Amino acid sequence: MAVAASSLPLDHAFCPDREGACFHCGLPVPGASSHRAAVDGAERSFCCVGCQAVAETIEAAGLVEFYRQRDDWSPRPALPDLSGVADMSIYDREDLQQGLVECDAEQQASTSLILEGLTCAACAWLSERHVNSIPGVLEFRVNYATHRASLRWDRSRTSLAGVLEAVARIGFRAHPFDPGRRDSIQRQEQRTALRRLAVAALGMVQVMMLAVALYAGHYAGMTGAMQGFLRWVSLLITVPVLLYAAQPFFRGLWRDLRYRHLSMDVPVSLALGGAFAISVWFTWRGGGEVYYDSVTMFTFFLLSSRFLEMAARHRVGLSVEERLHSLPALAIRVDEDGAEAQVPVAALQAGDRVLLRPGDTVPADGRISEGEGSVDEALLSGESLPVRRRVGDRLVGGAVNVESPLVMTVEAVGKNTTLAGIVALLERVQSERPRLAQLTDRVAGYFVAVVLLVATVVAVYWGLIAGAATAAEITLAVLVVTCPCALSLATPTALAAAVGSLTRSGLLVTSGEALETLGRATHMLFDKTGTLTWGRLRVERVVSLVDGLSEERLLALAAALERGSEHPLGRAIRNACDTPPGASEIHNTPGRGVAGTVDGTRYRLGSAGFVGIHDDADEQDAAGLTRVWLADQTGPLGRLELADQVRAEAPAVVASLKTLGLRVGMLSGDRPAAARALARRLDIDHAQGGLSPTDKLAAVRQLQSREAVVAMVGDGINDAPVLGAAQVSVAMGTGTQLAQASADLVLLSESLETLHEGVTIARRTRAIIAQNMGWAILYNVIALPLAASGWLAPWMAAIGMSLSSLLVVANAFRLRYPTR
Amino acid sequence: MNILLMLIPLTLVVMAVALVAFLWSVKAGQFDDLEGPAHRILFDDDDPRIPASARRAEQLARHRSTDSS
Repeated sequence: MAVAASSLPLDHAFCPDREGACFHCGLPVPGASSHRAAVDGAERSFCCVGCQAVAETIEAAGLVEFYRQRDDWSPRPALPDLSGVADMSIYDREDLQQGLVECDAEQQASTSLILEGLTCAACAWLSERHVNSIPGVLEFRVNYATHRASLRWDRSRTSLAGVLEAVARIGFRAHPFDPGRRDSIQRQEQRTALRRLAVAALGMVQVMMLAVALYAGHYAGMTGAMQGFLRWVSLLITVPVLLYAAQPFFRGLWRDLRYRHLSMDVPVSLALGGAFAISVWFTWRGGGEVYYDSVTMFTFFLLSSRFLEMAARHRVGLSVEERLHSLPALAIRVDEDGAEAQVPVAALQAGDRVLLRPGDTVPADGRISEGEGSVDEALLSGESLPVRRRVGDRLVGGAVNVESPLVMTVEAVGKNTTLAGIVALLERVQSERPRLAQLTDRVAGYFVAVVLLVATVVAVYWGLIAGAATAAEITLAVLVVTCPCALSLATPTALAAAVGSLTRSGLLVTSGEALETLGRATHMLFDKTGTLTWGRLRVERVVSLVDGLSEERLLALAAALERGSEHPLGRAIRNACDTPPGASEIHNTPGRGVAGTVDGTRYRLGSAGFVGIHDDADEQDAAGLTRVWLADQTGPLGRLELADQVRAEAPAVVASLKTLGLRVGMLSGDRPAAARALARRLDIDHAQGGLSPTDKLAAVRQLQSREAVVAMVGDGINDAPVLGAAQVSVAMGTGTQLAQASADLVLLSESLETLHEGVTIARRTRAIIAQNMGWAILYNVIALPLAASGWLAPWMAAIGMSLSSLLVVANAFRLRYPTR
Repeated sequence: MNILLMLIPLTLVVMAVALVAFLWSVKAGQFDDLEGPAHRILFDDDDPRIPASARRAEQLARHRSTDSS
């Protein structure tokens, strides 16, 4: 499955007219597909009845514009059962609607929905048009940026289930959710920021117009009365800008004063307050200069760059939200007598058996106890293709069952689930202020102190030689032009953009500092089992020792004997053979082997000792293979050699990391011979095997004593100490104790390839932070003398400072897009 | 020039109206999605309502059906 995962996305590139691709979802159409329909004026073929039904619905509703406008494949819809579309009627139950749906007296109800499967803007358009055409729907508005929708409907004419079914019919999934606290906080924050921006922008435009009149009037000989009038109007407009729009800066000043700390809010507030005070004074008295234009412009530009930074931050928060809300509200519990009952997910307990129909979301962590099928874990891992899961495999809460019914046994619920762990980690990321940003804050603090000192000196100097008015003007210019906004924005914006970009591709960054360290890493060390390999055994070779006994027959016999085995070896053997013959009288000797009868002959399968032969090689030989022998009463018939499966992408990843100049190494607790064999295969330079956790720790410490910056990749549980010792650690996200893992980064995608991207983006982040800092400092070094010597008017300073900040933010935003 | 004494207060009134309108639209949630509307404008879902394009689409459909037969 990993093999397919790395090669398939290329064939899956969006190209709607390609032969053999489903017109709707782009997956290959089976050769003799009977799913055809006329859509958008031509005969199209589909991979399944689901896609066909969706396309026919869209065609019938006259919304084919969707297919012309979309720029990515649509998700494959959950296969409808024979009754039509997956049953949504549970959502009409009063107890479930509690807290999710708001009703008012006139039969009107409203709720918030999460929409899944929106791949492009066309999807948002399609669902909006389609749902709004349902009689009884009063309003359905899709927010494409957040994949949320708000729905208002008339309870007497349609039901929530009806709307959800309509959404399902066009191939998307919708479910109601309770817009949590963070959701509303973020929306509030964005709305407030927009309001402040609007006040500042309108004020700026008006004051600028009046300022032009004042400047022009100054030369054309405007009467003093008119000048005074224009100044008073400017004052009137500036007051709300200063009191409302510029409020965050003054609050920052107040906070800084209380904690005796200097941030960029101090000079900003001083400049704004000072300029306003001088202007009011001259407006009152007449004569002199007024700076209302500079005040409003400065406020507007500062607010703009803060708005952009906020947008980047929210984008990261959004991916948290998506994960948080991905558990369903109801599950179908299967009781011991086979009866099915719908219960709230909160009532599930470990040990419960839950039925998952196609299209259902896995409600908790657990293992499959019946059935086999594909599971879509995209939300958790970023892996875009469904992965195959069979009996005994783990299911992670939040994944979606794609095609066939499954029964799972619940192992962990609520706070103990992987999903809850991921959310906890993400919340930690959001609450912690990266040390790097703290550092720039400190630097900015010193910088502000220097600026205030320089400003005082400039004020005194110009005051002595040119009088108070000139001194005020020049001091203002100094304060404005040297505002360390660019310096303060340089790091957080770059980190927010990089973290957002990496989260999307499946690498969870738990702290900005980790990203910074990853960019400096010189060595990348891997654990072997579960990291470079899957930690799952596979039959590598079958050796028959008897003439006339084919390898296939040998494997089939072994698989028959292992029919009921849950041992990893047994499972691996069973997976290697599709149609084992029947076996009877199976007797299991735990830890040694299994005996049984197939077609009247008694066989034994197990270790060399169990089948009664002497094996000169060890049970596990130098190449890291595990041997299992098959014998009948006459003697040994042959052997199976099993090995841990190496991740398909591992060699390519090792090579690509090397091209980045990283030294790649492997620390394994496995036998040295096995470690060396794998290292040879993957072309890893330094491999050590047979290490205890303490040995691993020592190996990392030794590298660090030679000033190496070590990045350690492990599966997060047994590697905990060594992960802790490395400067930056990456844990595999498939581990269960994710929440406890001390890792700095978590690889949520099941592919190591993301590591390469992670290192690249980390390095680009470092480079961009350095560029931003360099620019901010260079700008100040040039601008400060100019302003101090009186060359810059305050309005020029405001423009210069703002452009500098915007440049820094724009530079950081480059991290949101991959370079390739 | 005395006309300014009336016109400038008038602009203030207009500005206040614009501001109130914007604040209302923010409150009504029109600015919650800053991405979708930029794409939405590209959908020609008024196409059938334009007589010329309706005719063209008809011709195209006829052309296609003769092609496939």
